[in-house]
Amino acid sequence: MSRQYETVIGLEVHVELATKTKIFCGCSTEFGGAPNTHTCPVCTGMPGALPVLNKQVVEYAMAVGLATNCSITQYCKFDRKNYFYPDNPQNYQISQLYLPICRNGGIEIETAAGRKTIGIHEIHMEEDAGKLIHDEWDDCSLVDFNRSGVPLIEIVSEPDMRSAEEVIAYLEKLRLIIQYLGASDCKLQEGSMRADVNLSVRQVGSETFGTRTEMKNLNSFKAIARAIEGERARQIELLEEGKEVIQETRRWDDNKEYSYPMRSKEDAQDYRYFPEPDLVPISISDEWIARVREAQPELHDEKRRRYCEEYKLPDYDAQILTSYKKLADLFEETVAICNRPKKVSNWLMVETMRLLKEHNMDPDELSFQPSNLAKLIMLVENQTINGTVAKEVFEQIFKEDVDPERYVEEKGLKVNSNADELYEIVRRVIEENPQSVEDYHNGKQKAIGFLVGQTMKATQGKANPGMVNQILKELL
Amino acid sequence: MDSLQFTAAELGRRIARRELSAVEATKAVLDRIEAVEGTFHCYVTVDAEGALKSAEQVQQQIDSGELRGPLAGVPVAVKDNISTKGMRTTCASHILDNYIPTFSAEAVNRLQRAGAVILGKTNMDEFAMGSTTETSYFGETKNPWNPEHVPGGSSGGSAAAVAAKECFCALGSDTGGSIRQPASFCGVVGMKPTYGTVSRYGLIAYGSSLDQIGPLTKDVTDCATLLDVIAGHDAKDSTSTARDDGPFAEALVDDVQGMRIGIPRDYFGEGLDAEVREAVLGAVKTLQERGAIVEEFDLSLVDYAIPAYYVIACAEASSNLARFEGVKYGYRAPEYDGLHSMFKRTRSEGFGAEVKRRIMLGSFVLSSGYYDAYYLKALRTKALIKSAFDKAFERFDVIVSPAAPTTAPKLGASLSDPIKMYLGDIYTISANLAGLPGITVPCGMDSKGLPVGIQMLGDCFQEKKLIRMAYTYEQSQNRRVQDEQTV
Repeated sequence: MSRQYETVIGLEVHVELATKTKIFCGCSTEFGGAPNTHTCPVCTGMPGALPVLNKQVVEYAMAVGLATNCSITQYCKFDRKNYFYPDNPQNYQISQLYLPICRNGGIEIETAAGRKTIGIHEIHMEEDAGKLIHDEWDDCSLVDFNRSGVPLIEIVSEPDMRSAEEVIAYLEKLRLIIQYLGASDCKLQEGSMRADVNLSVRQVGSETFGTRTEMKNLNSFKAIARAIEGERARQIELLEEGKEVIQETRRWDDNKEYSYPMRSKEDAQDYRYFPEPDLVPISISDEWIARVREAQPELHDEKRRRYCEEYKLPDYDAQILTSYKKLADLFEETVAICNRPKKVSNWLMVETMRLLKEHNMDPDELSFQPSNLAKLIMLVENQTINGTVAKEVFEQIFKEDVDPERYVEEKGLKVNSNADELYEIVRRVIEENPQSVEDYHNGKQKAIGFLVGQTMKATQGKANPGMVNQILKELL
Repeated sequence: MDSLQFTAAELGRRIARRELSAVEATKAVLDRIEAVEGTFHCYVTVDAEGALKSAEQVQQQIDSGELRGPLAGVPVAVKDNISTKGMRTTCASHILDNYIPTFSAEAVNRLQRAGAVILGKTNMDEFAMGSTTETSYFGETKNPWNPEHVPGGSSGGSAAAVAAKECFCALGSDTGGSIRQPASFCGVVGMKPTYGTVSRYGLIAYGSSLDQIGPLTKDVTDCATLLDVIAGHDAKDSTSTARDDGPFAEALVDDVQGMRIGIPRDYFGEGLDAEVREAVLGAVKTLQERGAIVEEFDLSLVDYAIPAYYVIACAEASSNLARFEGVKYGYRAPEYDGLHSMFKRTRSEGFGAEVKRRIMLGSFVLSSGYYDAYYLKALRTKALIKSAFDKAFERFDVIVSPAAPTTAPKLGASLSDPIKMYLGDIYTISANLAGLPGITVPCGMDSKGLPVGIQMLGDCFQEKKLIRMAYTYEQSQNRRVQDEQTV
């Protein structure tokens, strides 16, 4: 391939807001629930029903806009987007086209290549659709309107990204900001955050954009990265063959690692947008903006900086701890109790991460109380238990949120510092392992490690390892 | 005495005084419906059983002292685009002919809380699109003054039911004159309140930014009484207004001394039937004799109102009516091949010609490339019309005009020429575009024996001025027009 290509990517990110009720009615937004149980005349599009805007949606949208350096549209309106589809009970979606709530923002991302700002074109509020369930057995489709009317914001970026790495960094950053604001849990797998990728390629140095495609159905960061690589390659191949890229929407199949066209520009729908007459325009005062700004919690970047300064943590620790709000909250709450920042950080970064991975869990699912981790740290520090036992106890804290003091007591896990008892056990271990004893005498230092291990095993890990070492050396 | 002669307020008073019961009044009106409905066809649905049951309950509540109020026990009719829980609500369309709402419109809830007895649902132009009640899927309603003529529309069923004494008062809806014009054709009182005064919750939308529910009644007192019951802020309707200038019945004052009446020259020129002009100007003269100050003026932009109205109303309708596709409720085509075929056939078979015409018109004006030229321009025109009225209301308390260029046309004379029918809305649609209140009061008869109505328009939230002037005019007449001459 002689020519050098550059990939140009813009994202449309839909985020489901964490309100208790829907955007235009009082129905619950709770996930699950039997089909059509979280519904009312409004969110099922019954004749004569009218929407009433949920104020919390506006506040969350404003909060995200302020945190992403957008300007707030102080006179903003909803519009109707008209299209026929059975998951859309009114056959129009209430969205924003002409006066979206936030415009002209941007966030800074960090990749191996350095720092860069990705522009945000706009953020608008809209309602989610219901869900179609295709019953192949009965050859019919059923509609569940539980999700109909769940509030969404759509964050439209500028075409400022040039690689999958930048896209992931941008999405990670958005996710963190929104999670910290409490505006959404941003779970890609569960669909509370969804990203559509607009991608085109052009020769390096070219000033104009190539023809873009829009990729849908991307359910994980990995899928997004693979889809970007796949689409980039597909477009370059077309151009190299002297063919043209067609402007179209494509659907990514992550199992087949292939995308196929959903609809082209020619059959693009005319949405016949017009101002929603059932809702009055929203007037956002300076005071309201100020109130939302003041209520804004400490965001990721600030927190990361503060962890380094206030807790003297290495930036590496600070970065990992702040990468999930849940983790950061746990960290701060635990430190507040035991005042051992580095120890808390170690437990969270090493053992917690290992167990999360082992159980295929998300940090958001962590359920133990910070007080129990704090107690565990103090038990180790007081040498009430040793490190090995501590790991075992932590696993119980992780799984069942046990009180470590009581657990250690009940299971008899306290460090065995009874010297007479230990002498007996070590003698027995030496007798049972003549080969290791011989190895030791022949200068193999490793052998002592094995004997320590055997002794610990015999004491079910309760022995004080320092004492075991000392006694072994003495008896050998 | 025949209780059917009573106005709603009179009937309510007599029920309160135990001179007759809600059940007796309901039976009397049901008998009347039984007797004349075959001739006039005012109703799509009559719920005799439900009405009697509700009359009994209301009477018990009156007897126990729980329920008081001017409309307690009074049988009323409701236009068939206003949702009634458990009672079929069709919009006079095939596409909703089996639709039974799970909730009632706020206006209906308020009626029921006031103890009104709902008799049934009145006929209308399909989805309120029309000016004659001839586009109804269930067949036309006839004018009680002469069954060869239309009752007007789209609330023709409600207006005719009041005129024919098939109810004591009725609810209608007015998007471009649909209360005021049939009131004029049927010789009854009809009022469109200021936009936002009556909740639209449960009103099946035609043009959301123009629609308003309002009363159709035998006289001005009933009009104010019914309006007091149905008006009020409703959190379920974001366009609803909280007002603190009630009750409207306070404005039933026989005095227009010093009130300023504006007569727009543009409304009395070409196209206006001479007999209608004479009747309306006669009424103006009466008001002048009672002390009102009358002055002619030029209300600009009159020619632009009709195109602006049809662009906006049809645009909103094309979207409002999208929900009728056979998935969730209403009619579904029996045969189809896949989803889009189901949508297309259901809508092709379910909607009538006038509705389809307006959906197509509305879809067209919203299409990309045409939006600015039509819809946006219409919105600007609407704003200009509003400011022209604002200017006029700096000088006048009330603007007076006919409600329609002619009296009720003959059945079948209008549908063949939709443009002519649209032009008939000339005097009424501006009030919808500007959100203004308007009232029509009978002001005479033409030589064919058909009623003429005078329309009075007020500034936003000035219903009381309209009620006062209409009441004063009514008091100056010896008798209510419709008392004697209906069939």
